[in-house]
Amino acid sequence: MAGAAVQRRLSWRVGEVAELVDETPRVRSLVMSVQDWPGHLAGQHVDVRLTADDGYQTQRSYSIASPPDIAGRVAVTVERIDDGEVSPFLAGEVQVGDMLEFRGPIGGYFVWDVAAGGPLFLVAGGSGVCPLMAMLRHRAARASTVPTRLLYSARSLDDVIYRDELDRLAAAADGLEVSYTLTRAQPVEWNGYRRRVDRAMLEEVAWPPWEQALTFVCGPTPLVESVAEALVQLGHDAARIKTERFGPTGG
Amino acid sequence: MRLVTRGFKGRPRDASVSDRLPPGQYLVRDFPVLSAGPTPHTPLSEWTFSINGEVDEAKRWTWAEFRDLPSETITRDLHCVTKWSKLDTTWEGVSVDTLLAGVVSAADYVMAFCDGGYTTNLPLEDLTGGKAWIAFAYDGQPLEPEHGGPARLLVPHLYLWKSAKWVRGLQLMNDDAPGFWETYGYHMYGDPWQEQRYSGD
Repeated sequence: MAGAAVQRRLSWRVGEVAELVDETPRVRSLVMSVQDWPGHLAGQHVDVRLTADDGYQTQRSYSIASPPDIAGRVAVTVERIDDGEVSPFLAGEVQVGDMLEFRGPIGGYFVWDVAAGGPLFLVAGGSGVCPLMAMLRHRAARASTVPTRLLYSARSLDDVIYRDELDRLAAAADGLEVSYTLTRAQPVEWNGYRRRVDRAMLEEVAWPPWEQALTFVCGPTPLVESVAEALVQLGHDAARIKTERFGPTGG
Repeated sequence: MRLVTRGFKGRPRDASVSDRLPPGQYLVRDFPVLSAGPTPHTPLSEWTFSINGEVDEAKRWTWAEFRDLPSETITRDLHCVTKWSKLDTTWEGVSVDTLLAGVVSAADYVMAFCDGGYTTNLPLEDLTGGKAWIAFAYDGQPLEPEHGGPARLLVPHLYLWKSAKWVRGLQLMNDDAPGFWETYGYHMYGDPWQEQRYSGD
Protein backbone atom coordinates (compact mmCIF):
# COMPACT_ATOMS: atom_id res chain seq x y z
CA MET A 1 0.00 0.00 0.00
CA ALA A 2 2.34 2.73 -1.18
CA GLY A 3 2.13 5.29 -3.92
CA ALA A 4 3.53 8.44 -5.38
CA ALA A 5 3.50 11.43 -3.07
CA VAL A 6 1.28 14.35 -4.01
CA GLN A 7 2.60 17.44 -2.31
CA ARG A 8 0.96 20.11 -4.45
CA ARG A 9 -1.36 22.51 -2.69
CA LEU A 10 -4.96 22.14 -3.78
CA SER A 11 -6.34 25.60 -4.39
CA TRP A 12 -9.96 26.45 -5.11
CA ARG A 13 -10.80 26.92 -8.77
CA VAL A 14 -13.87 28.19 -10.56
CA GLY A 15 -15.51 26.05 -13.20
CA GLU A 16 -18.17 27.27 -15.58
CA VAL A 17 -20.99 24.83 -16.09
CA ALA A 18 -20.77 24.08 -19.80
CA GLU A 19 -23.26 21.27 -20.13
CA LEU A 20 -25.94 19.48 -18.12
CA VAL A 21 -26.82 15.88 -18.93
CA ASP A 22 -29.90 14.21 -17.46
CA GLU A 23 -28.67 10.65 -16.97
CA THR A 24 -31.76 9.26 -15.22
CA PRO A 25 -34.81 10.90 -13.60
CA ARG A 26 -32.75 11.30 -10.39
CA VAL A 27 -29.26 11.77 -11.73
CA ARG A 28 -27.66 14.66 -13.60
CA SER A 29 -24.12 15.19 -14.84
CA LEU A 30 -22.54 18.63 -14.68
CA VAL A 31 -19.73 19.21 -17.15
CA MET A 32 -17.54 22.08 -16.05
CA SER A 33 -15.10 23.99 -18.15
CA VAL A 34 -12.05 24.94 -16.09
CA GLN A 35 -8.88 26.76 -17.03
CA ASP A 36 -5.48 25.44 -15.97
CA TRP A 37 -6.85 22.13 -14.76
CA PRO A 38 -3.73 20.14 -13.82
CA GLY A 39 -5.29 16.89 -15.01
CA HIS A 40 -6.42 13.90 -12.98
CA LEU A 41 -6.46 10.14 -12.88
CA ALA A 42 -9.63 8.15 -13.48
CA GLY A 43 -11.10 7.43 -10.05
CA GLN A 44 -10.07 10.68 -8.34
CA HIS A 45 -12.59 13.13 -6.92
CA VAL A 46 -13.14 16.84 -6.37
CA ASP A 47 -14.49 18.84 -3.46
CA VAL A 48 -17.25 21.25 -4.46
CA ARG A 49 -17.84 24.32 -2.25
CA LEU A 50 -21.14 26.17 -2.29
CA THR A 51 -21.60 29.62 -0.78
CA ALA A 52 -24.96 31.20 0.07
CA ASP A 53 -25.35 34.97 -0.13
CA ASP A 54 -25.08 35.30 3.67
CA GLY A 55 -21.64 33.68 3.53
CA TYR A 56 -22.73 30.21 4.69
CA GLN A 57 -20.61 27.55 3.02
CA THR A 58 -20.77 23.81 2.69
CA GLN A 59 -18.75 21.25 0.75
CA ARG A 60 -19.31 17.85 -0.80
CA SER A 61 -17.04 15.37 -2.55
CA TYR A 62 -17.87 14.02 -6.01
CA SER A 63 -16.01 11.53 -8.13
CA ILE A 64 -14.83 12.83 -11.46
CA ALA A 65 -16.78 11.03 -14.17
CA SER A 66 -14.90 12.48 -17.13
CA PRO A 67 -11.67 10.90 -18.32
CA PRO A 68 -8.33 12.67 -17.97
CA ASP A 69 -8.06 12.66 -21.74
CA ILE A 70 -10.34 15.66 -22.31
CA ALA A 71 -8.36 18.78 -21.40
CA GLY A 72 -10.03 21.55 -19.43
CA ARG A 73 -13.17 19.57 -18.66
CA VAL A 74 -14.28 18.11 -15.35
CA ALA A 75 -17.62 16.29 -15.13
CA VAL A 76 -19.34 15.16 -11.96
CA THR A 77 -22.51 13.10 -11.76
CA VAL A 78 -24.90 13.91 -8.95
CA GLU A 79 -27.74 11.75 -7.63
CA ARG A 80 -30.57 13.77 -6.12
CA ILE A 81 -31.16 12.89 -2.48
CA ASP A 82 -34.64 14.24 -1.76
CA ASP A 83 -33.90 15.70 1.67
CA GLY A 84 -30.30 16.54 0.83
CA GLU A 85 -28.85 20.01 1.19
CA VAL A 86 -26.63 20.06 -1.87
CA SER A 87 -27.66 17.38 -4.36
CA PRO A 88 -31.15 18.79 -5.16
CA PHE A 89 -29.43 22.09 -5.92
CA LEU A 90 -26.65 20.65 -8.08
CA ALA A 91 -28.88 18.14 -9.85
CA GLY A 92 -31.87 20.47 -10.16
CA GLU A 93 -31.18 24.17 -10.01
CA VAL A 94 -27.74 24.74 -11.50
CA GLN A 95 -27.89 26.12 -15.03
CA VAL A 96 -25.45 26.26 -17.90
CA GLY A 97 -23.23 29.29 -17.41
CA ASP A 98 -23.26 29.11 -13.60
CA MET A 99 -19.92 29.23 -11.80
CA LEU A 100 -19.00 26.54 -9.26
CA GLU A 101 -16.03 26.48 -6.90
CA PHE A 102 -14.14 23.25 -6.53
CA ARG A 103 -10.68 21.85 -5.87
CA GLY A 104 -8.85 18.71 -6.74
CA PRO A 105 -7.99 16.23 -7.99
CA ILE A 106 -8.07 14.35 -4.68
CA GLY A 107 -7.19 10.75 -3.84
CA GLY A 108 -4.62 8.60 -5.51
CA TYR A 109 -5.47 5.07 -4.40
CA PHE A 110 -8.79 4.26 -6.07
CA VAL A 111 -7.37 5.10 -9.51
CA TRP A 112 -6.61 3.32 -12.75
CA ASP A 113 -4.88 4.24 -15.95
CA VAL A 114 -4.05 2.18 -19.00
CA ALA A 115 -0.44 1.80 -17.84
CA ALA A 116 -1.70 -0.17 -14.82
CA GLY A 117 -2.96 -2.84 -17.21
CA GLY A 118 -5.42 -5.53 -16.25
CA PRO A 119 -7.46 -7.52 -16.43
CA LEU A 120 -9.84 -5.10 -14.83
CA PHE A 121 -12.92 -5.96 -12.81
CA LEU A 122 -15.28 -3.15 -11.92
CA VAL A 123 -18.28 -3.57 -9.63
CA ALA A 124 -20.73 -0.68 -9.32
CA GLY A 125 -23.80 -0.14 -7.20
CA GLY A 126 -26.03 2.76 -8.25
CA SER A 127 -24.17 6.04 -8.59
CA GLY A 128 -21.00 4.21 -7.53
CA VAL A 129 -20.52 3.72 -11.25
CA CYS A 130 -19.23 7.32 -11.60
CA PRO A 131 -15.50 6.83 -10.88
CA LEU A 132 -15.61 3.52 -12.75
CA MET A 133 -17.06 5.34 -15.76
CA ALA A 134 -14.05 7.64 -15.75
CA MET A 135 -11.90 4.50 -16.02
CA LEU A 136 -13.96 3.10 -18.90
CA ARG A 137 -13.95 6.45 -20.70
CA HIS A 138 -10.18 6.70 -20.25
CA ARG A 139 -9.78 3.15 -21.53
CA ALA A 140 -11.84 4.00 -24.62
CA ALA A 141 -10.11 7.34 -25.19
CA ARG A 142 -6.77 5.55 -25.25
CA ALA A 143 -8.10 2.75 -27.47
CA SER A 144 -7.02 0.30 -24.79
CA THR A 145 -7.98 -3.34 -25.17
CA VAL A 146 -7.25 -4.25 -21.54
CA PRO A 147 -9.72 -7.07 -20.77
CA THR A 148 -12.35 -5.42 -18.63
CA ARG A 149 -15.58 -6.53 -17.01
CA LEU A 150 -18.13 -4.22 -15.42
CA LEU A 151 -20.83 -5.63 -13.16
CA TYR A 152 -23.36 -2.89 -12.50
CA SER A 153 -26.18 -3.24 -9.97
CA ALA A 154 -29.10 -0.82 -10.33
CA ARG A 155 -32.69 -0.80 -9.15
CA SER A 156 -34.17 -0.78 -12.65
CA LEU A 157 -33.11 -0.20 -16.23
CA ASP A 158 -34.25 3.42 -15.93
CA ASP A 159 -31.86 3.85 -13.01
CA VAL A 160 -28.82 2.74 -15.02
CA ILE A 161 -26.59 5.80 -15.36
CA TYR A 162 -24.68 6.20 -18.67
CA ARG A 163 -26.73 3.35 -20.16
CA ASP A 164 -26.47 4.34 -23.82
CA GLU A 165 -22.79 5.07 -23.53
CA LEU A 166 -22.10 1.79 -21.73
CA ASP A 167 -23.99 -0.13 -24.40
CA ARG A 168 -22.00 1.69 -27.07
CA LEU A 169 -18.69 0.98 -25.34
CA ALA A 170 -19.55 -2.70 -24.90
CA ALA A 171 -20.64 -2.98 -28.55
CA ALA A 172 -17.13 -1.97 -29.65
CA ALA A 173 -16.03 -5.53 -28.81
CA ASP A 174 -12.62 -4.29 -27.71
CA GLY A 175 -12.40 -6.47 -24.62
CA LEU A 176 -15.07 -4.76 -22.49
CA GLU A 177 -17.98 -6.80 -21.18
CA VAL A 178 -20.84 -5.16 -19.30
CA SER A 179 -23.24 -7.15 -17.09
CA TYR A 180 -26.22 -5.64 -15.35
CA THR A 181 -28.23 -6.81 -12.42
CA LEU A 182 -31.57 -5.07 -11.83
CA THR A 183 -32.60 -5.57 -8.24
CA ARG A 184 -36.14 -4.16 -8.10
CA ALA A 185 -37.75 -4.05 -11.53
CA GLN A 186 -36.84 -5.66 -14.83
CA PRO A 187 -38.13 -5.18 -18.37
CA VAL A 188 -40.39 -7.96 -19.67
CA GLU A 189 -37.73 -9.61 -21.76
CA TRP A 190 -34.71 -9.28 -19.49
CA ASN A 191 -32.04 -11.90 -19.61
CA GLY A 192 -29.61 -10.20 -17.25
CA TYR A 193 -29.40 -10.76 -13.50
CA ARG A 194 -32.28 -9.75 -11.26
CA ARG A 195 -30.93 -9.93 -7.71
CA ARG A 196 -28.40 -8.27 -5.45
CA VAL A 197 -24.80 -9.08 -6.28
CA ASP A 198 -23.91 -12.30 -4.49
CA ARG A 199 -21.13 -14.82 -4.41
CA ALA A 200 -22.60 -17.00 -7.17
CA MET A 201 -22.93 -13.99 -9.46
CA LEU A 202 -19.34 -12.95 -8.76
CA GLU A 203 -18.17 -16.47 -9.50
CA GLU A 204 -19.80 -16.18 -12.93
CA VAL A 205 -18.81 -12.62 -13.78
CA ALA A 206 -15.45 -11.97 -12.07
CA TRP A 207 -12.16 -13.06 -13.58
CA PRO A 208 -10.88 -16.26 -12.01
CA PRO A 209 -8.59 -15.49 -9.06
CA TRP A 210 -5.48 -16.71 -10.90
CA GLU A 211 -5.93 -13.89 -13.42
CA GLN A 212 -4.91 -11.49 -10.61
CA ALA A 213 -7.37 -8.87 -11.80
CA LEU A 214 -7.30 -5.31 -10.55
CA THR A 215 -10.64 -4.90 -8.86
CA PHE A 216 -12.49 -1.68 -8.06
CA VAL A 217 -15.74 -1.79 -6.10
CA CYS A 218 -17.81 1.36 -5.61
CA GLY A 219 -21.32 1.72 -4.26
CA PRO A 220 -23.32 1.79 -1.06
CA THR A 221 -21.64 0.24 1.98
CA PRO A 222 -23.68 -3.01 2.07
CA LEU A 223 -22.78 -3.77 -1.55
CA VAL A 224 -19.12 -2.87 -1.09
CA GLU A 225 -18.82 -4.93 2.09
CA SER A 226 -20.52 -8.02 0.65
CA VAL A 227 -18.73 -7.90 -2.72
CA ALA A 228 -15.28 -7.38 -1.22
CA GLU A 229 -15.85 -10.12 1.32
CA ALA A 230 -17.16 -12.60 -1.27
CA LEU A 231 -14.23 -11.91 -3.59
CA VAL A 232 -11.77 -12.60 -0.77
CA GLN A 233 -13.61 -15.83 0.04
CA LEU A 234 -13.45 -16.82 -3.65
CA GLY A 235 -9.67 -16.56 -3.44
CA HIS A 236 -9.01 -13.08 -4.78
CA ASP A 237 -6.03 -11.22 -3.32
CA ALA A 238 -7.39 -8.62 -0.86
CA ALA A 239 -4.50 -6.31 -1.75
CA ARG A 240 -5.81 -6.04 -5.34
CA ILE A 241 -9.37 -5.12 -4.29
CA LYS A 242 -9.88 -1.39 -3.91
CA THR A 243 -13.10 -0.02 -2.49
CA GLU A 244 -14.90 3.27 -2.30
CA ARG A 245 -18.27 4.01 -0.69
CA PHE A 246 -21.09 6.04 -2.06
CA GLY A 247 -23.59 6.59 0.68
CA PRO A 248 -26.70 8.71 0.20
CA THR A 249 -25.66 10.52 3.36
CA GLY A 250 -26.63 14.10 3.97
CA GLY A 251 -26.47 14.53 0.17
CA MET B 1 -11.93 34.16 -2.73
CA ARG B 2 -15.62 34.06 -1.96
CA LEU B 3 -17.82 33.25 -4.90
CA VAL B 4 -21.51 33.28 -4.06
CA THR B 5 -23.14 30.28 -5.72
CA ARG B 6 -26.11 31.61 -7.64
CA GLY B 7 -29.35 30.29 -6.18
CA PHE B 8 -27.80 28.26 -3.34
CA LYS B 9 -29.49 28.74 0.02
CA GLY B 10 -28.46 25.71 2.09
CA ARG B 11 -30.17 24.32 5.14
CA PRO B 12 -31.66 26.66 7.74
CA ARG B 13 -28.79 27.79 9.98
CA ASP B 14 -28.79 26.09 13.38
CA ALA B 15 -26.49 27.94 15.77
CA SER B 16 -26.67 25.21 18.41
CA VAL B 17 -25.07 22.80 15.97
CA SER B 18 -22.96 25.12 13.83
CA ASP B 19 -20.70 25.95 16.80
CA ARG B 20 -19.72 22.32 16.85
CA LEU B 21 -19.20 21.93 13.11
CA PRO B 22 -15.72 22.67 11.77
CA PRO B 23 -15.53 24.62 8.49
CA GLY B 24 -16.88 22.77 5.44
CA GLN B 25 -18.52 20.00 7.50
CA TYR B 26 -22.19 18.94 7.58
CA LEU B 27 -24.10 16.95 10.13
CA VAL B 28 -25.13 13.31 9.68
CA ARG B 29 -27.28 11.09 11.89
CA ASP B 30 -26.15 7.74 10.50
CA PHE B 31 -22.58 6.43 10.64
CA PRO B 32 -21.02 6.28 7.17
CA VAL B 33 -18.32 3.69 6.46
CA LEU B 34 -15.17 4.43 4.48
CA SER B 35 -12.23 2.17 3.87
CA ALA B 36 -9.83 1.49 1.04
CA GLY B 37 -10.19 -2.28 0.78
CA PRO B 38 -11.91 -5.39 2.09
CA THR B 39 -12.74 -5.47 5.79
CA PRO B 40 -10.23 -7.71 7.63
CA HIS B 41 -11.51 -10.36 10.02
CA THR B 42 -8.76 -11.28 12.44
CA PRO B 43 -9.90 -13.86 15.03
CA LEU B 44 -9.55 -12.57 18.58
CA SER B 45 -7.34 -15.58 19.35
CA GLU B 46 -4.78 -14.19 16.89
CA TRP B 47 -5.23 -10.53 17.77
CA THR B 48 -2.49 -8.68 19.60
CA PHE B 49 -1.74 -5.04 20.25
CA SER B 50 1.89 -3.88 20.11
CA ILE B 51 3.91 -0.84 21.00
CA ASN B 52 7.24 -0.94 19.24
CA GLY B 53 9.73 1.09 17.22
CA GLU B 54 11.89 3.62 19.05
CA VAL B 55 11.27 2.26 22.53
CA ASP B 56 13.63 0.72 25.06
CA GLU B 57 11.37 -2.28 25.40
CA ALA B 58 8.51 -3.24 23.09
CA LYS B 59 5.16 -4.18 24.64
CA ARG B 60 2.46 -6.54 23.48
CA TRP B 61 -0.98 -7.56 24.73
CA THR B 62 -3.23 -10.43 23.72
CA TRP B 63 -6.96 -9.63 23.39
CA ALA B 64 -7.61 -11.00 26.88
CA GLU B 65 -4.75 -8.98 28.36
CA PHE B 66 -5.89 -5.87 26.52
CA ARG B 67 -9.45 -6.23 27.74
CA ASP B 68 -8.21 -6.63 31.32
CA LEU B 69 -6.77 -3.11 31.18
CA PRO B 70 -8.86 -0.33 32.72
CA SER B 71 -11.16 1.25 30.15
CA GLU B 72 -13.17 4.47 29.89
CA THR B 73 -16.42 5.59 28.30
CA ILE B 74 -15.89 8.56 26.02
CA THR B 75 -18.44 10.78 24.26
CA ARG B 76 -17.04 12.90 21.45
CA ASP B 77 -17.88 14.51 18.10
CA LEU B 78 -16.39 12.91 14.98
CA HIS B 79 -15.29 14.78 11.87
CA CYS B 80 -14.52 12.95 8.63
CA VAL B 81 -12.46 14.58 5.89
CA THR B 82 -15.18 13.53 3.42
CA LYS B 83 -17.22 16.34 5.05
CA TRP B 84 -19.58 14.59 7.44
CA SER B 85 -19.58 15.14 11.18
CA LYS B 86 -21.40 13.11 13.77
CA LEU B 87 -22.04 14.55 17.22
CA ASP B 88 -22.01 12.90 20.66
CA THR B 89 -20.75 9.45 19.69
CA THR B 90 -20.12 7.18 22.66
CA TRP B 91 -17.23 4.75 22.79
CA GLU B 92 -15.52 2.50 25.26
CA GLY B 93 -11.79 2.06 25.05
CA VAL B 94 -8.42 1.88 26.72
CA SER B 95 -6.63 5.20 26.98
CA VAL B 96 -3.38 5.31 25.03
CA ASP B 97 -1.89 6.78 28.23
CA THR B 98 -2.58 3.43 29.89
CA LEU B 99 -0.81 1.56 27.10
CA LEU B 100 2.18 3.89 27.10
CA ALA B 101 2.62 3.82 30.88
CA GLY B 102 6.17 2.68 31.61
CA VAL B 103 7.31 2.96 27.98
CA VAL B 104 10.66 4.70 27.73
CA SER B 105 11.18 6.54 24.46
CA ALA B 106 12.59 9.74 22.96
CA ALA B 107 10.23 9.49 19.96
CA ASP B 108 8.04 12.40 18.91
CA TYR B 109 5.86 10.64 16.31
CA VAL B 110 3.79 7.51 15.97
CA MET B 111 2.73 5.35 13.05
CA ALA B 112 -0.46 3.45 13.83
CA PHE B 113 -0.51 0.13 11.94
CA CYS B 114 -3.45 -2.09 11.18
CA ASP B 115 -4.75 -5.32 9.75
CA GLY B 116 -5.11 -4.90 5.99
CA GLY B 117 -1.95 -2.79 5.77
CA TYR B 118 -3.44 0.61 6.63
CA THR B 119 -1.20 3.10 8.44
CA THR B 120 -1.53 6.67 9.68
CA ASN B 121 0.95 9.01 11.33
CA LEU B 122 0.42 11.28 14.34
CA PRO B 123 2.53 13.32 16.76
CA LEU B 124 2.97 11.35 19.99
CA GLU B 125 1.64 14.29 22.00
CA ASP B 126 -1.71 13.97 20.20
CA LEU B 127 -2.08 10.45 21.56
CA THR B 128 -1.28 11.28 25.19
CA GLY B 129 -2.91 13.36 27.91
CA GLY B 130 -6.38 11.84 27.60
CA LYS B 131 -6.78 12.60 23.89
CA ALA B 132 -6.73 9.12 22.34
CA TRP B 133 -8.05 5.61 22.97
CA ILE B 134 -8.00 2.13 21.56
CA ALA B 135 -11.77 1.71 21.31
CA PHE B 136 -13.46 -1.70 21.35
CA ALA B 137 -17.11 -0.73 21.79
CA TYR B 138 -19.43 1.77 20.14
CA ASP B 139 -22.80 2.76 21.56
CA GLY B 140 -22.53 0.01 24.16
CA GLN B 141 -21.94 -2.78 21.64
CA PRO B 142 -18.75 -4.54 20.51
CA LEU B 143 -17.27 -2.54 17.65
CA GLU B 144 -18.48 -3.96 14.32
CA PRO B 145 -15.82 -4.97 11.78
CA GLU B 146 -16.94 -2.38 9.22
CA HIS B 147 -16.39 0.35 11.81
CA GLY B 148 -12.96 -1.00 12.73
CA GLY B 149 -13.67 -3.86 15.11
CA PRO B 150 -12.43 -5.56 17.10
CA ALA B 151 -10.55 -2.38 18.00
CA ARG B 152 -9.72 0.95 16.42
CA LEU B 153 -7.71 3.98 17.34
CA LEU B 154 -9.91 6.89 18.40
CA VAL B 155 -8.38 10.37 18.15
CA PRO B 156 -11.49 12.50 17.89
CA HIS B 157 -9.77 15.90 17.78
CA LEU B 158 -8.28 15.03 14.36
CA TYR B 159 -10.03 14.04 11.11
CA LEU B 160 -11.33 10.51 11.36
CA TRP B 161 -8.81 8.91 8.96
CA LYS B 162 -6.32 9.33 11.84
CA SER B 163 -8.58 7.08 13.99
CA ALA B 164 -7.26 3.96 12.27
CA LYS B 165 -9.64 1.01 12.01
CA TRP B 166 -8.46 -2.53 12.81
CA VAL B 167 -5.48 -1.08 14.65
CA ARG B 168 -2.88 -3.57 15.81
CA GLY B 169 -0.24 -1.33 17.26
CA LEU B 170 1.68 1.90 17.52
CA GLN B 171 5.19 2.23 16.13
CA LEU B 172 7.05 5.09 17.81
CA MET B 173 9.28 7.13 15.48
CA ASN B 174 11.86 9.86 15.97
CA ASP B 175 10.83 11.58 12.73
CA ASP B 176 7.46 12.09 11.12
CA ALA B 177 6.63 9.96 8.06
CA PRO B 178 3.46 9.78 5.97
CA GLY B 179 0.98 6.96 6.48
CA PHE B 180 -1.43 5.58 3.89
CA TRP B 181 -3.67 8.54 3.02
CA GLU B 182 -0.94 11.03 3.85
CA THR B 183 1.11 9.48 1.03
CA TYR B 184 -1.77 10.30 -1.33
CA GLY B 185 -1.80 13.98 -0.49
CA TYR B 186 -3.84 14.09 2.70
CA HIS B 187 -2.60 16.37 5.47
CA MET B 188 0.15 15.16 7.78
CA TYR B 189 -1.70 16.47 10.87
CA GLY B 190 -5.40 16.81 9.99
CA ASP B 191 -6.94 19.35 12.40
CA PRO B 192 -10.60 19.75 11.35
CA TRP B 193 -10.87 23.19 12.97
CA GLN B 194 -7.97 24.39 10.78
CA GLU B 195 -9.52 22.52 7.83
CA GLN B 196 -6.27 20.64 7.25
CA ARG B 197 -7.69 18.20 4.71
CA TYR B 198 -4.92 18.03 2.16
CA SER B 199 -1.21 18.67 1.95
CA GLY B 200 -0.63 22.43 2.02
CA ASP B 201 -3.93 23.31 3.74
